[in-house]
Amino acid sequence: MTEFTLSFIVGHMNYWLFTLLMMTGLYIVVDKGNLVKKIVGLNMFQTAVFMLYISMGKVTGGTAPIFPTDMNIDPEAVYSNPLPHVLILTAIVVGIATTSLGLALIVRIREEYHTIEEALIQKIELEKATREIREFGETMGGPE
Amino acid sequence: MAEGSVQHTALSLLDHLPVLVVLIPFLAAPLVVLIGRNWLAWPLAFMAALGSFIVSVMLLAKVRGGEVLSYHMGGWAPPLGIEYRIDTANAFVLLIVSAIAVVILPYARASVRVELPDRHVPLFYALFLLAFTGLLGVAATGDAFNLFVFLEISSLSTYVLIALGGYRDKRALTAAFNYLIMGTIGATFFIIGIGFLYMATGTLNMADLAARIAELPDNRTIHAGFAFIVVGIGLKVAIYPLHLWLPNAYTYAPSAISAFIAATATKVAVYVLMRFLFSVFQPDFGFVAETLQYIVMPFALLGMFAASFIAIFQNDFKKMLAYSSIAQIGYMLLGISLMSETGLTAAIVHLFNHAITKATLFMVVGAYVLRSGGSFYRSLEGMGKTMPWTSAAAIVGGLSLIGVPGTAGFISKWVLVQAALEQDMWWIALLVVASSLLAVIYVWRGVEVVFMKQPADDVDRRPAPLMMIIPIWIMAGACVYFGLATDVTLGAARDAAQGLMAGPGPLLLGGH
Repeated sequence: MTEFTLSFIVGHMNYWLFTLLMMTGLYIVVDKGNLVKKIVGLNMFQTAVFMLYISMGKVTGGTAPIFPTDMNIDPEAVYSNPLPHVLILTAIVVGIATTSLGLALIVRIREEYHTIEEALIQKIELEKATREIREFGETMGGPE
Repeated sequence: MAEGSVQHTALSLLDHLPVLVVLIPFLAAPLVVLIGRNWLAWPLAFMAALGSFIVSVMLLAKVRGGEVLSYHMGGWAPPLGIEYRIDTANAFVLLIVSAIAVVILPYARASVRVELPDRHVPLFYALFLLAFTGLLGVAATGDAFNLFVFLEISSLSTYVLIALGGYRDKRALTAAFNYLIMGTIGATFFIIGIGFLYMATGTLNMADLAARIAELPDNRTIHAGFAFIVVGIGLKVAIYPLHLWLPNAYTYAPSAISAFIAATATKVAVYVLMRFLFSVFQPDFGFVAETLQYIVMPFALLGMFAASFIAIFQNDFKKMLAYSSIAQIGYMLLGISLMSETGLTAAIVHLFNHAITKATLFMVVGAYVLRSGGSFYRSLEGMGKTMPWTSAAAIVGGLSLIGVPGTAGFISKWVLVQAALEQDMWWIALLVVASSLLAVIYVWRGVEVVFMKQPADDVDRRPAPLMMIIPIWIMAGACVYFGLATDVTLGAARDAAQGLMAGPGPLLLGGH
């Protein structure tokens, strides 16, 4: 069993922060009724993953993985792992697409429902469903 | 590989098949938008889908002998480069997805004209092609991160396509929004899992991952990664308690899209789950076996019953079909969780059989909606009289959904029952039969409304357009054909199951 010493806690700082940020984001998505806030929470949740990947690529004492322009490469130099950074560039693009699509949907929802509060939207949908059940409801069995 | 040993042989077009299947619709999508003409959009989209379909037929023919095709993107050898790896399992999934797209596109042409404003038509086809590309890419790729990217390509375009149903019912917008939230959480869980695997192994290639995970069976990082991946994909699959996005999304999407995503999107996600459970992780790892036995199987059984019960009490034909989809996913997961070759065969063959069954039924509802304006049972009364051909196809689809002998649905349930009996789990076989009886009830409700009631006086009595009836009957015919001629589907499914059970196989450096 790992001991929770100070060095353990400090040494895994990136994971603590990742967990904190991820859980904050997830909590906002679940808890907040405002659709824009939900998208912001989703964004935080995704950003936490970016942090996980980027901190994963860090090599102790490593520098940015760029060769000097004169190509005099120091064989002693330690470079950070660039692959997770590249992956996260892709994930950031996906995140932006998701955010913009989410916001666009919110605009359409506001046009149709005139609100972006989840509780009110649910109320409108419930009313609609009740009306439909009254109109189209039970057709199973029974006399006409 | 040393510099000198690289062979610079000219590649023929045939060597590029694994990437062509994805590339054709991917390039056609922006073309449709750039040309922007309504009348050109459909032919282009159809040609692209047909191209992918032909390529995937060729791929399946090539890999049926047990050969594995490895395509190296840009000539970069795996594990550093992105690899497309085609074996029987994903060739079969590619075939399912592209065949469904080819059949649904002619149908979409007739239904989109009515359901969407004209200015959206080229964009609709572009999005359809993108969703299609994403699904094919997920199936074709052998790289875990590439899989995530394709998963998001297909999901993002699917969200928009579902939201397009907002012209008929505004609830499509909230359904799309909920799907976006849950789908993104699922995809993000998936990349967290991939991140953990990368952390422990330093690779993203699935075959390479499998080899390195096999060396680290007790690594806790890998266990955590596994948990994240299963939950993330579980959201996309709509495993029973993670299904909340599904019913409204299927109900309020445009008819053609309901048919397309019901037949393909969750199926591809099930494939990803199988790929990760059996190829990347091996079922003989304790944690994989325990997950399947104690988590996937109970939820599969729960889904089979709970979702069927909910389906019985729906007032809306489309929503009933959506809940029935969740129940049917339970059968696939049950097959997977039996961890045997027969069980896996049942899951894979049910992927195919359920895809054609649900495509038939959702297309039928779309045709009803075109004439009656809604999919509530009340508004479908007497449709058997006004739309006899369409309704006859509904009967065929319904029988296949129940699993009556002579239809495709029977084959998969038969294999599933066999798989359960093989392991002396007779109670599972009984549960499969019992939940099929629930399907009898919900299908009967639909049949009763359509055939036993009189149509209202003011109803539109024209039959469905021919452009809809032909695709519907191609699918309904397939339900019967593959219920009788089982060699093709069952044979391919068995090969695929064998391939998956055999593990990942070595890294193929000598490919193209």
